[in-house]
Amino acid sequence: MKDILSNLDKAFENKIRLGIMSALYVNDFLDFPTLKELLEVTDGNLASHMKSLEKSAYVKFKKEFLDRKPNTRYYATDKGREAFKKHIEAIEKLLG
Amino acid sequence: MNEEYIKDIKDIKDMMSHSSRFISLSGWSGVSAGLSACVGGYLAYKSVFSQITLSYEQLTLPPEKFTQLVLIAFGTLAAALITSIFFTTLETRKANNIVWDTQTKRLVVNVSIPLVTGGLICLMLLLEGYLNFAIPLSLVFYGLALFHASKYTLSEVRSLGLVQMALGLISFQYLEFSFYFWVFGFGLITIGYGILMQMRKS
Repeated sequence: MKDILSNLDKAFENKIRLGIMSALYVNDFLDFPTLKELLEVTDGNLASHMKSLEKSAYVKFKKEFLDRKPNTRYYATDKGREAFKKHIEAIEKLLG
Repeated sequence: MNEEYIKDIKDIKDMMSHSSRFISLSGWSGVSAGLSACVGGYLAYKSVFSQITLSYEQLTLPPEKFTQLVLIAFGTLAAALITSIFFTTLETRKANNIVWDTQTKRLVVNVSIPLVTGGLICLMLLLEGYLNFAIPLSLVFYGLALFHASKYTLSEVRSLGLVQMALGLISFQYLEFSFYFWVFGFGLITIGYGILMQMRKS
């Protein structure tokens, strides 16, 4: 039981961060407006959760220019994918 | 506590499918594309297929018939594309989603590649006088394109693709009936799936 709980990741306790990782896990990348629309959150809210995931090195981003407009693409890192997978497995074990 | 985790898992699954699939595909798009195929099939029957029997032999159409058939084919394709894009755009607007987002682009790219490849092969066969092979092959490629695209949109599209591929393979065996298989697959089956998809949604 203790083992299972230790695999639950604090970073994913928050619904929005869980949502961000779920979306990035199945996509090569997603840009900021798409994520915002998917999660139905404000710019500031999304940005602050992104920052915290970046701090744990679970996501990385690349700034690009589309028609001269800046466009930020977010990717899940290998570390993030691994942590997310462990987190889901832990939940599934808890649920039996 | 358990309920919260069950909800987490559900949210994760919803987000995964919502973020990776284009779900605003309208069933009416299938209906309109299928109807276009029926009309195109009728015109092609009037112009060409009522006067010929397909077999494994090469067949050279008179130039005016050839032109008519190519025009009908492109007209049918254009009508199917325009009407299905129209209905799906309506549906997307209703759901308040952006029409041209990442998921849509991915779907369009993945449908187009096998479809355009198949279309070009059929056109080349047609030019060489192998109308007989172009018809079953167009069903096979249509099926492959749908099957491939189903990863990026509604799951019903997968079995629709399988049905079309099966019809294509069968009509290779019965070339004399392949035109009817074509109308059945592109027309009636696509309409049927459109209705089914629309019913499942509401």
